Amino acid sequence: MDTKRRALRAAFPLTIPVMTGYLVLGTAYGILLADKGYGAVWALLTSLLIFAGSMQFVSIGLLTAGFHPLYACAMTLMVNARHLFYGIAMLGRYRGIKKVKPYLIFGLTDETFSIVCTTDPPEGVDRGWFYFFVTLLDQLYWVAGSVLGGLVGGLLPFDTTGMDFALTALFVVIFAGQWQERRNRLPALIGVGGSVLCRMLFGADSFVLPAMACILLLVTLLQKPLAREELP
Amino acid sequence: MTMTTGQSLVFFGLIAAVTLLTRALPFLLFPEHRAIPRYLRYLGTVLPAAVIGLLVVFCLKDIQPAQAPYGLPELLSVAAVAALHLWKKNTLLSIGAGTALYMVLVQAVFH
Repeated sequence: MDTKRRALRAAFPLTIPVMTGYLVLGTAYGILLADKGYGAVWALLTSLLIFAGSMQFVSIGLLTAGFHPLYACAMTLMVNARHLFYGIAMLGRYRGIKKVKPYLIFGLTDETFSIVCTTDPPEGVDRGWFYFFVTLLDQLYWVAGSVLGGLVGGLLPFDTTGMDFALTALFVVIFAGQWQERRNRLPALIGVGGSVLCRMLFGADSFVLPAMACILLLVTLLQKPLAREELP
Repeated sequence: MTMTTGQSLVFFGLIAAVTLLTRALPFLLFPEHRAIPRYLRYLGTVLPAAVIGLLVVFCLKDIQPAQAPYGLPELLSVAAVAALHLWKKNTLLSIGAGTALYMVLVQAVFH
């Protein structure tokens, strides 16, 4: 019990930025879903079982197109292919974690990844439980936001336009933090440069897969200058 | 609702399953007892920084540089967040101030 409490206490502060973003974005998702005739129960169900923000937004668009299961699968693959990279990057860090590992893998969203890929648990805190609580808290925020959205609909008393920028800001903060370590700069430049290039070439809706390929190609070609002194 | 309840359940179920597949595949290919090849361990050290770069671009993908407001609200707010963060190193302050700035820009300045 003490192990868990200590892990929760270490994990919570790190998830506060995600809480802001997820509550806002989750609420927006719930509202949009309710507009399509899918109320709070659907928001709860999808956020519990899918737990992938950008794909859940895309799925709202797919709802209007009618029932096309294969198209839905292909679209999900396209939108979520970047998660393959997260898995590869987390193979080493999640190794040796026993009970909670399936849940860590299930809940590896953009935001959770952005925390766990750069953060080690503090001294004396259990690694598995630490990552577990980061993931669980993030999902709680997301579920709470989307159910709230499904319940309130468009009744919010103030204009929330632009609040979803909180997630962009979170990624910029993490980017800036990584930038301060010199060894991260070339990979960071490759990530931004390759993505911007592919966004210009392929357009906003289909640049993610080409960008992933481009990043993979560049970091493979640049192994010599990028290689670290020692691999984990 | 454009689908029946049953169809909706299948629809969301498939999305959940494929999402889980993209997250689990690397771990299925390399279970605990299997050594991670040197190349993948290398990718594990460089991909985090590169993918966060991709995510930032992903968030800004709908900017239209040739059309008013030329992505200015986004670019100004991103610059503010980055500068504030490099200066004060306070995550909540950077995100809070950056989001507030963006909301003012899109609601009152560039609307």
